[in-house]
Amino acid sequence: MSGLASLLPPAAYSFGGAFEFIFSEQASNVTGGKKVGGIEQVLELAATQVQVSILALLLALLIALPIGLYFGHRGVGELLAVGIGNAGRAVPELALIALVAVVIGVGTLTLVLVLAALGIAPILTNTFVGIRQVDRASVDAARGAGMTEFQILRKVELPLAVPSIMQGVRGASVNIVATATIAPLVGVLTLGEFILNENVYGSDGVLAGAICTAVLALIFEFGLAALQRRLTSKGLKLQQASA
Amino acid sequence: MSALGGLSGLVHPSLAAIGEVGEGFFKERTEGNLPCQARTSHLFCWDWATEHIDRYGTPTLQQAELVVISVIAGFVIAFALGLLAHRVRWLRPPLLAGTGILFAIPSIALFLLLLPITGRGRETAIIALTAYTLQIIYRNVVLGLDNVPGPVKDAARGMGLTSRQILWKVEVPMAVPEIIAGLRVATVSTVAIATLAVFAGGGGLGTQILGEANLTFPTAIVIAMVIVIAMGLFFDLILLTIQRLLTPWRRVRVV
Repeated sequence: MSGLASLLPPAAYSFGGAFEFIFSEQASNVTGGKKVGGIEQVLELAATQVQVSILALLLALLIALPIGLYFGHRGVGELLAVGIGNAGRAVPELALIALVAVVIGVGTLTLVLVLAALGIAPILTNTFVGIRQVDRASVDAARGAGMTEFQILRKVELPLAVPSIMQGVRGASVNIVATATIAPLVGVLTLGEFILNENVYGSDGVLAGAICTAVLALIFEFGLAALQRRLTSKGLKLQQASA
Repeated sequence: MSALGGLSGLVHPSLAAIGEVGEGFFKERTEGNLPCQARTSHLFCWDWATEHIDRYGTPTLQQAELVVISVIAGFVIAFALGLLAHRVRWLRPPLLAGTGILFAIPSIALFLLLLPITGRGRETAIIALTAYTLQIIYRNVVLGLDNVPGPVKDAARGMGLTSRQILWKVEVPMAVPEIIAGLRVATVSTVAIATLAVFAGGGGLGTQILGEANLTFPTAIVIAMVIVIAMGLFFDLILLTIQRLLTPWRRVRVV
């Protein structure tokens, strides 16, 4: 790769060229006349990235949320829950993806599982912390009012923990969408295809891939922020506004 | 083997004179006697690792340097923003949103988006990594300053401290645990993300992962990964020590 890069002329990166690459097909040096780029290919790759990201995020939620809720409600396993969050942050995604590709093999299923694993840590930790942060007096009051443990979790602890849980989900989303960018290393073509194959797509393609990835991640971020506003109870919003 | 054994007998005298070349030359290539890295299935080659560990020295130092400079720069900026938001409350939503957007952009994209502006190199990597640390540190600075109990500030005011003195002698020291907690999260994340600095031409351990030869060789990837995780742990311990030194009252309370 480095050998090839040294043969190419020093790349000139320009936003103008990148936008041209996004909206209209370009000639490539190595595809034998076949044109690359253009809005069709961009949308196709973006669709793949959205699909694997959403799948992974849902899978991570499905695993991490119940565990976080259960242990948070019971108040046990704090070291483990927080430890998983810390460990998750320390793992370099590039190395993880590269390792999975060479040891386990390529494919969409492998990719989704790895991405989901990346999302579990932040969701689990933030769910646990969110539930634990609920005022014990509120829980006691709910218990005194005759609520079952499940009702307490569902109607008291969960709504109060929504901001913290959603912070975890947003963290997971950032991580998953970003890592899905290097998915071409496990054979799944996402927008990172433009970034990882500079010899095919040129410097315009690399920058175009970066722009599209950034836009995609921001759409996820704003979408989840809107979801958070919808899920946060009215009372909590009033309290936050007055704080 | 028999065919090869026969061949070794035909070795030209001049070749045989070199010594053991004849024997080694015609050794049958089975999985068993191949060096570990040439076998089709292997996870980690200790021999290769011990022989080539020195090639990780420079990338490791590069990555550590990226992290240290970025976290210090990020801390200075985020701390200043935090103090500002502490004074001027209406600045909070825009500052949180601004740092949040920087944080939400995938690191790999941010590295590349800076290329047309700052070109390939270490500075580009440092700018992107610094931008990443802002959100986490800023949020914790504001949180820490907010969490200082009102009565404590009242007491300080009653003793005749000015607002400036209250800030630096009461509020900031009491916010140290939260601020360091933010720094720890930011630092550990930055160590991991700095692996991607290779995309901005900033060096680091990513150079030992990306590239044809490395991508198909688990040992190279595993070593880089282990160094990154160990580096995160190392910086985390340093920050933990700093926190203990800066908050002596906490140690007393624990005992």
